[in-house]
Amino acid sequence: MASPLYAIPGSTPAAMPAGSPTPPAGAPDAAAPAAPRTVAEVLRASQVESVMDELDRDLVGLSPVKQRIRDIAALLVIDKLRLAHGLQAATPSLHMCFTGNPGTGKTTVSLRMAQILHRLGYVRKGHLVAVTRDDLVGQYIGHTAPKTKEVLKKAMGGVLFIDEAYYLYRPENERDYGQEAIEILLQVMENQRDDLVVILAGYKDRMDTFFQSNPGMSSRIAHHIDFPDYAQGELMAIAGKMLSSMAYRFDPAAERAFDEYLARRLQQPHFANARSVRNALDRARLRQASRLFADRERELTPAELTTIAEGDIRASRVFGP
Amino acid sequence: MMTNPTGRVTQGQFSFLPDLSDAEITAQIEYGLKKGYAWSVEYTDDPHPRNTYWEMYGMPMFDLADAAGVLQEMNACRKTFPQHYIRLMAFDSTRGIESIAMCFIVNRPAVEPGFGLVRQEAEGRTMRYTVHSYATDRPEAERYAP
Repeated sequence: MASPLYAIPGSTPAAMPAGSPTPPAGAPDAAAPAAPRTVAEVLRASQVESVMDELDRDLVGLSPVKQRIRDIAALLVIDKLRLAHGLQAATPSLHMCFTGNPGTGKTTVSLRMAQILHRLGYVRKGHLVAVTRDDLVGQYIGHTAPKTKEVLKKAMGGVLFIDEAYYLYRPENERDYGQEAIEILLQVMENQRDDLVVILAGYKDRMDTFFQSNPGMSSRIAHHIDFPDYAQGELMAIAGKMLSSMAYRFDPAAERAFDEYLARRLQQPHFANARSVRNALDRARLRQASRLFADRERELTPAELTTIAEGDIRASRVFGP
Repeated sequence: MMTNPTGRVTQGQFSFLPDLSDAEITAQIEYGLKKGYAWSVEYTDDPHPRNTYWEMYGMPMFDLADAAGVLQEMNACRKTFPQHYIRLMAFDSTRGIESIAMCFIVNRPAVEPGFGLVRQEAEGRTMRYTVHSYATDRPEAERYAP
């Protein structure tokens, strides 16, 4: 640097001693760590692997989703290495679209996505702002733009998660303000790619219709990820994880009964995957509580308090005639 | 003014320094956000030191996580009012403080004509003094016009 960082305007700058060891302006900071050379170095520096392991451990099934996230993470790591060699500087487009049936883990995965992108240094803060149509679209003329912009400002430096994004566009009402919100979104998605990542989520068929009527939106989203439904075995594993996180457990008979419950429930309409499992478990907890409540004088052991018995499951109306 | 030979208005923080660059402003905003302040953008074309309440540009921005949002608002204001004074203010909502914690000018007119001393003769031989901004001789929105 030839001149000090600040000078009072009008004052004469103090002469720098010749040969002072200040680095030339624009040179990379000497204190900054050396540019990474190997994948392992980037991974060590970013600790992205711990998030990926957590993803593998905590989320059952979803193998295509995990593979896609691994691919994205790998691309980001390689981009870092390329950048160290001065290759390619443009930020890749990281906007995503998650489609899948209810309860397949779209919100959970997007939360993790924010962490992964943050550890890789692609979003600065790594927070997730989850919104729906109500948070973006106003009720009268001139209300939508400030509302959308405020949400976007809050999401800067993190991930904006728009749940049920297809509600933004209502083709049946041509004076709907959703279109205005979409236009503002598109503009920010294009121009401020390094400030925020937008994740749209919704049911597959309705998202497809949404993209057909908004081709600009579809082309600005690089990653379309489809969340498959869970198989019965995966649902059992999810139930086990949910119970242990709430400090409950099945006894062996109850586990068989719940397996049977799932088999029957899968045949019925409105099955919402992990969400239905959670609801079923919550109802089983209620029944367990009233079963224990009925016996007022008995001293309850921790084992009794944590165990869900077969009867708690079998009482479900799914087993009814 | 004698105490300010550069003829620049000095109000708020950093005003004796050269204009902050966007990177420096970003660092200040980040500092405020880390402290939990809510930033807002204000503008005026009346530089009198007692002109405390400037016009608000948009709403104060609560619950932001990153400086990019404030910077975006500031740049929008600069675009709308290139020849106005624009300042960023950080509001600290902590109970008991509830007041402005940081405030600095981020945009100023290219030419700042400064202030004149106005003398008023009062009863007896009393003199009353005040400052008067040359810029305010012209109507609002035409001050500092090129």
